[in-house]
Amino acid sequence: MRQIYAAALALLLFCVTALSAASQDTQDARAIQPLLQQHQAVIAKSSRKTIGPVIDAIAASGLPQAQQVLQVWAAKDMWIRKSDGHFFIGEKVGGKTYRLTDFDSGDVVGEFQKGDLKQLKPNSGIRALIATALVQFKLTDPDPAARADALQSVARNPSADQLAPLRASINSEANAALATQKLRLERLLTIRFGASDAERISAIEDMAGDLGVDLRATLNPVVTTVREATPTLPDANIAKTLTVGEDISTSEAYALLVAAKLAPAPVSDDVIRTALADHIDGGRVGDVPVAQLSDPAQRTRAYEALTNAGKVAPLVGEADIAQALANHVIYDRYLDPSAAVTAAAAKALKDIEVKVALNQTLDLGLDALSLASIYFLAAIGLAITFGVMGVINMAHGEFIMMGAYTGYVVQQIVPDHTLSILIAIPTAFAVTFAAGVVMERLVIRHLYARPLETLLATFGISIALQQLAKNIFGTQARPLTAPGWLDGAWMMNDVVSISYIRIAIFVLALIFLAVFLFIIKRTRLGLETRAVTQNPAMAAQMGINPGRVNMLTFGLGSGIAGVAGVAIGLFAKVTSELGSDYIVQSFMTVVVGGVGNIWGTLAGAALIGFLQKGIEWLNPSNTLAAQTYMIIFIIIFIQFRPRGIIALKGRAAGD
Amino acid sequence: MQRSFIARNPSVLIFLSLLALFTLVVTVLSEGAGAGFISTSFIKTLGKTLCLCLIAVAMDLIWGYAGILSLGHFAFFGLGGYMIGMWLMYERTRLIVVDSLNQTEIPPTEAEVIEAIGTQIFGVVGSSDFPMIWAFADSLILQLALVVLVPGMLALIFGWLAFRSRVTGVYLSILTQAMTLALALYLFQNDSGLRGNNGLSGLQNLPGVTASQDIVSLWFLWASAFALGAGYFLAAWVVSGKFGSVICGIRDNEARVRFLGYSVEAYKLALFTLTACLAAIAGALYYPQAGIINPAEIAPIASIYLAVWVAIGGRGRLYGAVIGAAFVSLLSTWFTGGQAPDLPMGVYTVKWVDWWLVLLGVSFVLVTLFAPKGIGGLFDLIPTKKGSEE
Repeated sequence: MRQIYAAALALLLFCVTALSAASQDTQDARAIQPLLQQHQAVIAKSSRKTIGPVIDAIAASGLPQAQQVLQVWAAKDMWIRKSDGHFFIGEKVGGKTYRLTDFDSGDVVGEFQKGDLKQLKPNSGIRALIATALVQFKLTDPDPAARADALQSVARNPSADQLAPLRASINSEANAALATQKLRLERLLTIRFGASDAERISAIEDMAGDLGVDLRATLNPVVTTVREATPTLPDANIAKTLTVGEDISTSEAYALLVAAKLAPAPVSDDVIRTALADHIDGGRVGDVPVAQLSDPAQRTRAYEALTNAGKVAPLVGEADIAQALANHVIYDRYLDPSAAVTAAAAKALKDIEVKVALNQTLDLGLDALSLASIYFLAAIGLAITFGVMGVINMAHGEFIMMGAYTGYVVQQIVPDHTLSILIAIPTAFAVTFAAGVVMERLVIRHLYARPLETLLATFGISIALQQLAKNIFGTQARPLTAPGWLDGAWMMNDVVSISYIRIAIFVLALIFLAVFLFIIKRTRLGLETRAVTQNPAMAAQMGINPGRVNMLTFGLGSGIAGVAGVAIGLFAKVTSELGSDYIVQSFMTVVVGGVGNIWGTLAGAALIGFLQKGIEWLNPSNTLAAQTYMIIFIIIFIQFRPRGIIALKGRAAGD
Repeated sequence: MQRSFIARNPSVLIFLSLLALFTLVVTVLSEGAGAGFISTSFIKTLGKTLCLCLIAVAMDLIWGYAGILSLGHFAFFGLGGYMIGMWLMYERTRLIVVDSLNQTEIPPTEAEVIEAIGTQIFGVVGSSDFPMIWAFADSLILQLALVVLVPGMLALIFGWLAFRSRVTGVYLSILTQAMTLALALYLFQNDSGLRGNNGLSGLQNLPGVTASQDIVSLWFLWASAFALGAGYFLAAWVVSGKFGSVICGIRDNEARVRFLGYSVEAYKLALFTLTACLAAIAGALYYPQAGIINPAEIAPIASIYLAVWVAIGGRGRLYGAVIGAAFVSLLSTWFTGGQAPDLPMGVYTVKWVDWWLVLLGVSFVLVTLFAPKGIGGLFDLIPTKKGSEE
């Protein structure tokens, strides 16, 4: 009965569609086939121009199968059964046989020969329409992950026709986070594609002061301008009329006229040269001997002679250019036709810029703080060996490197990153402590009276250690991977962010400061160290063994350098040159801060860190220049405070 | 005066004679002279070594005699090289450009030539305009003057700033190291006007000279030998007089010399500037033989090696500096050049390319600890005929 009914439909489609649809509806309200049959001819011979209403009708039907139909259609898997004109999902089962599945029941209808079927092959225009229609299904997909994906794809490629489905999906959104995202995206799409100016302006005002990169990416195209030249000012959304000589140089302005074909192109030197070369006649060009053409004045004369003979295009003189410019207006025009919208967008952008600048300053401050803590970490070991003991240890950087390599080796043995770092820190301390003690015993103790030679001897050790590291670990960088929970960054907003590793390093620097202060001020070793530093002979009289104290103090400074090496290795590549990258800065930090005082080192690290970031901010493309200027600043700074920011006074100052 | 100076310092005469003899022998044996016992590349190595000896003499003056451990003298050396390199590169490029432009039908204008040279030289850093600092690059005379003037001015300003605030000892060493690091970092930039890390290249070709490299390398050897001789003579003369006595006094007890009424800062500044100029001349002769100069040459490490040479050779005696520089740099060339035979030690074969720096570092520590007089200290043993070594 139903089959016959459908066959009749195929013949009498145009006259009885309404009737059949009505009767089908009563028969099965949840079926989509009748709807498809209603538009059978349009779907079967679909073209981009006519298909729109049909896709909308399917999408708006509210039937659960609608999404599947559209997807199958777009994927070219929808087939028509020639016998009755019904639509099915086709699946190739072999040879020329296809298995058809019904949309409504999901049942396999049977297997058919290809000759009995016709495949629907929507062209790219239709597929794009279908994809847009599918957006609303994806936005209301029961799976939140699918909805989030759909939102992202809309945000990536926004278009005007996504606005309506997006709006429609907001009310039914159950997930609060996704609802917020949808609302935000709706505002952004409205700014770009809103139907009326008022709607767009209100969207702009709603988003005012927001720091999101996406908002700026939306607003910037709104205020994009093109520079044009015309004889008279057109009736358009003009951003600014330019005055030649003030807003735009004469040559640029004239180039605009030339590009708009409003004036002849100026004859360039290359063109003159080629023209002259083309018209050499018996060793002369327009009466000027070729040999004289190395003189620009003679070239002009020869070219003018050619012009007068009508052989080349005339030169464009300054008077011509001035005349042409006087006859035209040059202006910047907004691409967006609505002046009210562009004004609102420009104002919103300006407000955002102020806020962004403030936040960038904050971000820069955080960056500088983290750089300062890196320098502090690198220098704190030196603050002990150089600052307290007065020993110039050029191998300090190599102790940092040793610490980093220790971390790397530990990580090879213990694969768990969190555990390996926890093991690496004391191991690095132990390794570099031992190295420091050995070095003090063998070399430095013989040179306490000769500071310059300590510098040289420790430098010898430095190059030997560097080369040893190269021989053992090779020249390529070794990774020291941070534990997973240190990945990523703490994002305050789109402008201000700081990676967790940097926060960890900052915390580590604070811990080091506390440990250092505790050891020097509160322990026996610290007391003895200070005593030996101030007056070794007197300290010895008091029963302190200066040799032992010096050895332990040097070991402590080296050990701290090793731990700093683990921290630095987490964000920098571990190479044999790791230490030498930091050695000069470390010495600067100690010297600028003031020798022999941990607070001085802290101040020095802060000064250098903030200074370097500040200079980089002035000239962001060039970190090399920043370092150069920083070093020059330090050289000059030393002029005024030769003993550093915090200078020891009196006997403690030593010399 | 002169005669008595030589008479008082027989070592100067001995040194100059040995240098002359060395130059003569090398010349006779060179490829350029037809004998061919010494290859042209080795002639260049010897010429470069003579330049390194000259800067070592300058280093010895400032460190061995005045006690100022400068870790920045290679900055002056490099600047001297850059100054002469600018003329060499400009002039050679100009000849090439003019030659190729003359092939075209229309003779080039001055502006076209300049622009073509600019494109040739600065194309690698994405520019074609001549920076201000190249203003004198077309004049050999001016650029030769700049070889001395630019490093001299830098030394004068830096030294004035440093000495007037009484920065001494290790602080000064670190400050000079910072200076050379700052200069190196600055030159590494592409917009420094000196081609960034590409540096200046093709310096071995003398513009307008058609002689082969065999001959040119000999010219540079002679020039380097002459410069070393003259520099050595000047240094010996400086330290033998009253000036030298004051300088040594400053080294041994700066405060006491100041209390005696000498302007310590003026003496230091004069010597610092003089040695900077010597270093610059050495650099100006070195880099045309090396053929290329780039900012890596003036990284702090180079200046520290200079201190190593002088320390190993023996500070406070000029011939010690020369011996140290020649010995260590030639040895270094030999080891790192892969000519040294590998040393099989059972399970592990010592490759000198890898281990040379370790050896150098350790021997440097040993020299500092046990033989502060360096190789030059051996000469002290000769007259007394005592034992072999400490």
